[in-house]
This record gives sequence, structure tokens and C-alpha cells, in this order.
Amino acid sequence: MDSPVHEKKVVITNPQGLHARPAELFARLALQFDSEIEVIRDSLRVDAKSILHVLTLGAAQGTELTLCARGADAQEALEALVRLVHSDFATDETMSQERSG
Amino acid sequence: MKFIDFVSREAIRTSIEVNEKEEVIRAMATALLEAGKVSKDQHDSIVDAILKREELGSTGIGRGVAVPHTKHPSVNELVGTVAVSGEGVDFDSLDGEKVHLLFLLVSPPDRPGDHLRALENISRQLRDETFCRFLKQSKTPDDVWQLLEEADNNRFV
Repeated sequence: MDSPVHEKKVVITNPQGLHARPAELFARLALQFDSEIEVIRDSLRVDAKSILHVLTLGAAQGTELTLCARGADAQEALEALVRLVHSDFATDETMSQERSG
Repeated sequence: MKFIDFVSREAIRTSIEVNEKEEVIRAMATALLEAGKVSKDQHDSIVDAILKREELGSTGIGRGVAVPHTKHPSVNELVGTVAVSGEGVDFDSLDGEKVHLLFLLVSPPDRPGDHLRALENISRQLRDETFCRFLKQSKTPDDVWQLLEEADNNRFV
């Protein structure tokens, strides 16, 4: 079954960039959809459902990514992923935990 | 960023005797302490911070690899180390696999870019199956170091 490919661009806005926690949230969310989803940064094209892959993007704040999905729930998937990025990964608490002790 | 820019050679461990998540993280922080990369009075605080980070979500990123980490004000530059576990550590990874390869990172609070570049480097290199397999088979810290150097010289990607 050939479904059309959907594409959306998104800019990373959280100050810490796409570090481990956001990458995990991103991959976890992507895994909830049946569509094939890829993330593209320049010439790099990776699987959105793998934390390892998403981390290789090294996407700092300001980086533009293209999300590309194919499948029955492609549009829904892209909208959800863009929402996650725009939320600055809800609470970007991972790297803000600092202990003075 | 290359491996040799942040991995402390003296803190690499291939014969960790423990296989429980918290103990492994503690052993790796102790290795950094013994290598003189973190101070003694900050050791517990660093371990606590890393464990607290794990509570938010496992840093097991798949393919038998974990990257436990934290920001910590006691370090002036990104410091890291590598541990290899033959038996494997239960890390609640996304893919459910046990972790055999750990990269522990402690970074200064004001340098998110370095942390991101280290993660980018680790994940990019580990996408190569051969490199990943060789690292997991390493028997001595020297084996690990040699592989990291080879990876830095783009032997694997």
C-alpha cells in the first residue's frame, strides 16, 4: 500500500537542544505511530523511532529539522511530534537539575 | 567532538564486578574520582544527581548502550568515562535490552553545547555495528582506548 509522504519542518527551540531526554521523548512518541518516520538535518536522514539515531542529529537550539512520514497515521504523527518540539519537550528539566552540594 | 576530548583514559573500566544500575553508576563515578577527574567531596553528590536524572527516564538509548549523565557545578569541563559489562546491566532501556556499554558524562552547567556534541559523537559512532561489537568485547581499558582512538580517526564511519 503506497501512502503519500508527509513532511513538516520544525526548529528546535529549547535551549539545551535535542539532548538525551528530548531524544527519548521524541523517539517514544514516534514509536506510538505505525507510519515510517524519518528526521532530516541537511544530508543526514535518521529513524525517528530510535533514540540513538535521533541523538546523531546533534540538534542544538535553532537547528531546523524536516520530519518525514509515510503511512496511514503520518499526518497525525507529524503534528504530534511538532507539538512536542514546540512545547520545548514539555519540561526540559533533564539538564537543569543542578546541585550545589 | 572526539572521544579523546572527553573520555578519561584512566577511568575506563572493563571489569566492573557489579551489574545493578545504581552500583554500576557509582563504580563509574568512583573511577572518575580515582582518575582525579572529580573531587572526593563531590563524588556522592555527582552519583545522586546522575541517579536523579535516571528517574526522569532511562538513559539506555538502545543497542545495549547507556549514557548516564548529569550537569554538575564542580566540574570545569566535560568529563566522561566508559565501562564495559560482560554480564549486562538492567537499565530499563527503550528497546528492553540489557546494557553492556556505558558512557558516563558529567558536564559544567553552562556548557550544554559540549554535552550535546559528546552525545552526538557517541551515538553516531555507535550506529556502526562493528565498533559497537568490538567495544563490548573489549577485555582491557587499553582495548577500549584503542577503539576510541580508531573511531576518532574515522575508521568505523
